[in-house]
Amino acid sequence: MKSISRLPIPDRLRRRAERQLLIARAFGRRRVLRVDADRTPLINRHDILAFVTLRNERVRLPYFLDYYRDLGVQHFLMVDNGSSDGSADYLRRQDDVSLWRTNAGYKKARFGMDWLGWLLMRYGNGHWCLTVDPDEFLVYPHCDTRPLSALTSWLDSIGRRAFPAMLLDMYPSGGIEDQPYREGQNPFEIARFFDPANYAISKNDYFGNLWIQGGPRMRAFFPQNPLAGPALNKIPLVRWYWRYAYVSSTHMLLPRRLNQVFDEEGGEMESGVLLHAKFLSTLVEKSAEELDRHQHYANSQEYRAYNAGIERGLRLWCEESREYGDWRQLEDLGLISRGNWA
Amino acid sequence: MMPGSVRLGVLLLCHADLDIAARMARIWAEGGAQVCIHIDANVRDRHVELMRVALADLKRVAFSARRHRCKWGAFSLVRATQDTAAQLLADHPDLTHVYLASGACLPLRPVRDLIAFLAADPERDHIESVSAWDVGWTVGGLNEERFTLYFPFDWRRRRWLFDRCVAWQRRRGIHRRLPPGLSPHLGSQWWCLTATTLRAILDDPDRPRHDRFFRYSWIPDESYFQTLARRHSVQIESRSLTLAKFDHEGRPFQLYDDHGQMLEESNCFVARKLWSGSAGLLARFPRRGEGAPDVSPPRPARFERMITRTVQRRVLGRPGLYMQSRFPRKDAENGKTSAPYAVFQGFSDIFPNFESWLQDQVAADVHGHLLGPETVEFRGRPGIGPGAISSHVAVRDRDPQGFLTALIRIAPRMQIFQFGPRDNQALNWFMATDPNACLFVVTGAWMMPLIDSAMPFDDVRRISAHLQKVELAQLNVLNSVWVKARVQVHDLTDFLARPRAILDDALRQVDPQHRGLPAGDLPPVRDTTGLPALLRRLRNSGLRPRLAGEALPQNEVATGERNAAE
Repeated sequence: MKSISRLPIPDRLRRRAERQLLIARAFGRRRVLRVDADRTPLINRHDILAFVTLRNERVRLPYFLDYYRDLGVQHFLMVDNGSSDGSADYLRRQDDVSLWRTNAGYKKARFGMDWLGWLLMRYGNGHWCLTVDPDEFLVYPHCDTRPLSALTSWLDSIGRRAFPAMLLDMYPSGGIEDQPYREGQNPFEIARFFDPANYAISKNDYFGNLWIQGGPRMRAFFPQNPLAGPALNKIPLVRWYWRYAYVSSTHMLLPRRLNQVFDEEGGEMESGVLLHAKFLSTLVEKSAEELDRHQHYANSQEYRAYNAGIERGLRLWCEESREYGDWRQLEDLGLISRGNWA
Repeated sequence: MMPGSVRLGVLLLCHADLDIAARMARIWAEGGAQVCIHIDANVRDRHVELMRVALADLKRVAFSARRHRCKWGAFSLVRATQDTAAQLLADHPDLTHVYLASGACLPLRPVRDLIAFLAADPERDHIESVSAWDVGWTVGGLNEERFTLYFPFDWRRRRWLFDRCVAWQRRRGIHRRLPPGLSPHLGSQWWCLTATTLRAILDDPDRPRHDRFFRYSWIPDESYFQTLARRHSVQIESRSLTLAKFDHEGRPFQLYDDHGQMLEESNCFVARKLWSGSAGLLARFPRRGEGAPDVSPPRPARFERMITRTVQRRVLGRPGLYMQSRFPRKDAENGKTSAPYAVFQGFSDIFPNFESWLQDQVAADVHGHLLGPETVEFRGRPGIGPGAISSHVAVRDRDPQGFLTALIRIAPRMQIFQFGPRDNQALNWFMATDPNACLFVVTGAWMMPLIDSAMPFDDVRRISAHLQKVELAQLNVLNSVWVKARVQVHDLTDFLARPRAILDDALRQVDPQHRGLPAGDLPPVRDTTGLPALLRRLRNSGLRPRLAGEALPQNEVATGERNAAE
C-alpha cells in the first residue's frame, strides 16, 4: 500500500491499484479463516447481512444480535478472533449466524478488514451489507417506525449505494466502572450521555470522504494533539458489489464515489449514527488485555490513553452532556439527517 | 344525478410487488369498480400467474390482452394506458368514469365515497393539467423543451447520451412543431377522466399524428392525456385525485406506516406510493365506509407541506449546519451560520472588564477571546464550553469554522465574543462574508495593554510590528467588496474621543430592544496617558503606527505625503 502511494501516477489509477490490492489481499487471506458454523445457504436474495469481527464479547452478544434482528438484519457473518470467553460457543448456537474462526493477528489483517473483505466479496455481492463492531448500534431516521429494509429500499429507489453513520460515543454519568454491564442489558441504559456539538470535520480530497473527529474521546484523551484522536466518520451500510473494498476500518471505501455520502451544494443527504457503547464496565478488562496484545491502531495509543484514564478514575460526563432520547433529538442537534426520506 | 349512475372503471398499471397490486385490485373490485390490469412485460410469467390465481374469484377484474415493456419516461407507458383503457371501455361500454392508478396506489377512502364524489359533478374530468408555457410544474426537469426537442435516449440509463443529445439540439436550434390544435399541458400522470373524454381521446381521428408526436417528447405519461384532455374535455378540474408527491429529482415519495395519521387527515381518495412493507397502512386503509357516503373533497395541504419541508431540507439544508451528510463547499452554504452573532475587537483592550460589563447590558452570551491563543475563553471560563466543546486551543484549531458554527448552532442565545490581532485569524474571511456577523472594530486598540507593560521596549516594538501587520491584513479583508457582515471600524483615537456614542450604537445593533446607555454607565477605561509617548517612541524607532489614528497632532506628517511614502 505504501509503495503505491509513492508512485508518480494519477490519483485515479492509484486508487484503482489500491483497490485491486485490497481485494487481492482479502482474497489471499481467506485461508486463515476456518469455518465453524456455515449457515450461508440460508441467505435469501434480498436479505440484509451484518458482518462482524469480535474477540471476547460474549456478554455483549445477546443484546447486539437482538438489536439488529429487530431492525431486520437477516443473517450475521461473524469472525471470531480467538475468543476465550465462550463467544464462539454462543454464536454457534444461533440460527442466523455463520461463524468463522481465526487466531491470526488482528493488526496484520488490517484490523480484521481483510477477513471481512473476503466474506463481503464472497457473500455480500448484491446485498445491503452492514459492517459493524459488537459495540456499535445503528440509529437512522425513522428507525422507531420503519425497519432497515424500508431504508435500503428507499436508498435503492434513489440510486444510493452507501449510507453514512458516524460514531457517537456514549458514556455513563459516573465513572465507567460504577455500573457493571449485565448480559442482555441495553448498554444505553448505562451509557446514556453523549456530546452534542464538539465535532471537527475536514474533507479528504484523495478519497473524497469527510474526516470527522471529536466527541468525548477527543476532549478527554487527545486535547493537545487532536489529529491523533480516533476518526468518527463511518459508512457501515453499503449495497455491496464484489469489486468494492473498505480502505480503513469502515471509514472509507473504494471506489471513491461511494464516499460521496454528503451534499456539497448546501443540501442534506440522509445519514444516521452508530451509537458506540464502548465506555462500559467491560472496557476496563478489555483495555488491559489489548495493551498486552499490541494489536490496535497506531500502537494501541488509544487503549494506552484509556488505561491511563481508568486509573485516574475516568469520567467523561460533563455539564454539557446530553441524555440520549431518540433519533429526532439527534436530528434536531444536526448529528443525523433524514435527507428527503419523508 | 344519483350516485348509482356513476359506473367506475380502474386501469391498474403494475410492474413490481404484484402481491400488493393484487390487494389493490381486490379493494377496487370489491368497492364496485371494473378493473383492468396491465402488467409490465418485464414481469416474469410465474408472478403473473400467481396474481391471476389470487384474483380468480373476482368477476370484475380483467387483465389487458397486450403487455407492454414499460420504461420510465417513455411512450410505452402511454401505449399501455391506451390499450388497457380501450379494452376496458370495449368490455364495459356502460362505464361513466375511468381512474388511472398503479399497483402501488393505495385507496384511502372507500371506493363508494369516490363514486359519490364523482356523481356530484359527473361531467367533470379530474386531471391535473398545467400549461407548459407558463409556470414550471415539473420539478427540476425540462419544461416546454419536453415538446420542442427529440428525446430518443433513456434519461435514467443513458444520461450522458441524453444530455449530449439535448445540448446538441439546443445548439442546432431544433424546434419541433406541435400538431395543430394542441397546446402542451403537463400534470400528474394519475387522473380520473369521464368515459366520454377518454373515448374522444382514444378515437380522435388525429390520434396517429398525436402518438407520433408524443413518442419522442419527454415523459409523455405526464403530458399526453393532460394535453389531449384540454382538447376534448368540457370541464376540467385541474387537480389529481391521487395524492402523489415527488422530490426534487422527480422520484415519488414512499408511504410508510407512520404516515397513517397524516394520510387520514388528508382525506384524499388515493395516495401513492405505498412501500411494499407497510403492513400497517394496508390494515388501516381504505377506511371503512359507514352510513351515507362521504363526499367531502380532499384536503392534502398539510401532507403536501410536510413533503415540501422535507424537499427543502434535502435541497437547501439547515443554515449553519456542518455534519456528516451536509458539508457545503465554500459559498454554497445557504447560510454560513445559523444565527446572528457579534464580535467586538479591541474593546476589551480599552476597557479591562468590558466582558462582564457587556454581559450586564445585553441578553446574550458574552464570551472572552474565543479564538485566543492560550485557551478558548468561554463565558465564565469553563473547561468545557456549550455543546461539550473543548476549551483546548489545539482542538479548536483543528476546525475553527466548525468550532464557531457548532457553538452558534448549539447555543440558545446570541453569541458575542472578543477578538483581536493576537487571536487565531483563520475565520476572518468567513466572518466578513457572513451576513449573520456583526463586527465592531477599534483598530490599534491592541496597543493599550502595551502602554503600561513592564516589557523592554524592543519587545514592545516587535510585538507592535507583528500585531499591526496582522490587523492590517484583517482590515484588507474587511474593506473588500465581498463583505456581507455588518462592519463598523473606528480607530483608537476616534473611539477614545466619543466612546459613549460608538458603544451605544453598537449595543443598539446587537440588541434592538436595548434602551440606550444610561448616563455615567461606561466601564472604566484603561489609563491612556502613556499612549502619545508610546506612539512617538514607536515612530522614532522606525515603526510607523498606522492604526491608532491621529493621536499625535504635533510632528504629524500630512496625509498625502504619508501615502506617497508608503
